[in-house]
Amino acid sequence: MKIEEIQDEIVEEFSMFDDWMQRYEYMIELGKSLPLIEEQYKTEDNIIKGCQSKVWVHAELKGDKLIFTADSDAIITKGIIAILIRAFSNQKPMDIIEANTDFIDKIGLKEHLSPTRANGLVSMIKQLKLYAVAYQTQLN
Amino acid sequence: MANGFTSILTKGDELLVSAMEHHSNIVPWQMLCERTGAILKVIPMNHEGELLIEEYTKLLSGNTKLVVCNHVSNALGTINPIESIISLAHEVGAAVLIDGAQAAPHIKIDVQKLNVDFYTVSAHKICGPTGVGMLFGKEEWLTKLPPYQGGGEMIAEVTFEKTTYAELPHKFEAGTPNICGGIAFGAALDYMNSVGFEAIAGYEKELLEYATKKLLAIEGLRIYGTSEHKTPVISFNIEGIHPYDIGTILDKLGIAVRTGHHCAQPVMDYFKIPGTVRASFSFYNTREEVDILVEGVKKAKQMLS
Ligand SMILES: Cc1ncc(COP(=O)(O)O)c(C=O)c1O
Repeated sequence: MKIEEIQDEIVEEFSMFDDWMQRYEYMIELGKSLPLIEEQYKTEDNIIKGCQSKVWVHAELKGDKLIFTADSDAIITKGIIAILIRAFSNQKPMDIIEANTDFIDKIGLKEHLSPTRANGLVSMIKQLKLYAVAYQTQLN
Repeated sequence: MANGFTSILTKGDELLVSAMEHHSNIVPWQMLCERTGAILKVIPMNHEGELLIEEYTKLLSGNTKLVVCNHVSNALGTINPIESIISLAHEVGAAVLIDGAQAAPHIKIDVQKLNVDFYTVSAHKICGPTGVGMLFGKEEWLTKLPPYQGGGEMIAEVTFEKTTYAELPHKFEAGTPNICGGIAFGAALDYMNSVGFEAIAGYEKELLEYATKKLLAIEGLRIYGTSEHKTPVISFNIEGIHPYDIGTILDKLGIAVRTGHHCAQPVMDYFKIPGTVRASFSFYNTREEVDILVEGVKKAKQMLS
């Protein structure tokens, strides 16, 4: 599936809930399905700066596609990174670089997070895109 | 204060700070030590979140010039035995600065009885506005300290050759002061006094006991700061759950707590935790609100485990 299609799918899933408690419950569920980073990659270098809880992300090229794995010590943060990885993992680096991230606003995620967590979300998106840029230059 | 002490401390002088200080009562002193070559030493605490007075006594010596300590810890709620801390410091000739930011809203303070050299209060912690506070200092000390900022209003006479400084307290008040803030702070203090600190302390003690008992009934919940002498602050974690997660759910339920290191990272390091959830009560909170908090924590625990 294309990034855009996956994003639409996520937006639709979130629109099915009437209140924010249910959305949080769903995010916690999604966190449990996060493709976990291997222990050896849980290093200081792989920690995303700007997050209040710890978030580790690892990226690996398989063929011409970038695969992300991650983990966090906080469950809701795990849910957030799981949503992002679902949208961006297993995609071509160039597509990740060019991807629009409006779907975050459509879910309404940002305004329901504390300011520090919303900043963390921006840092996570930036980090995923930076990985894509790095691997794109490798592909060129 | 730390700026003022720059001209008083010299290399090798010692400055003691407690292990449970807010960053704002650590960083300025570290900077002072960098400027002067003085040495910063830490008064340790135990697992209840209480300062070890015996260790403190051992740290005191003729080299100790200043002891800084909070009256009440914002991260743990501990009320420190500042009477002993002050008198022991005076025995070796050291001055004492007490950070009363968290004590002022809960405890009646008598700076003369305490015989404290310096005592500070932040207005915003005691129903007042932000950006203004109070520094009490003994006259002999304030006379000894040089002005820490130059500007208008703090002078006696200015010529291009020499400037002489105004009398106390004006020599410390350079520039146009925060007049509105000062008036609002005064109104806040009048209000607090009209409620009465005896009434506040009695009511809050009851509220703290009630909340502590109810929260401890939740399995896996651990309270950090278990001294018998506490203000109504409960810092806690639930086993296996990150404090931010609990805070997020409580926030969604309309319950205001603070999560994180509470600007006291050394305290978190001591307990080897990333942070805590902190419920902080005041005289305007009710038992019903404690009940709502406890139900919220239970709901968060159920969602997150
Ligand atoms: C114990 C303690 N000391 C100092 C401060 C800092 O006060 P201010 O921000 O007014 O300097 C706080 C709170 O922020 C506090 O809780």
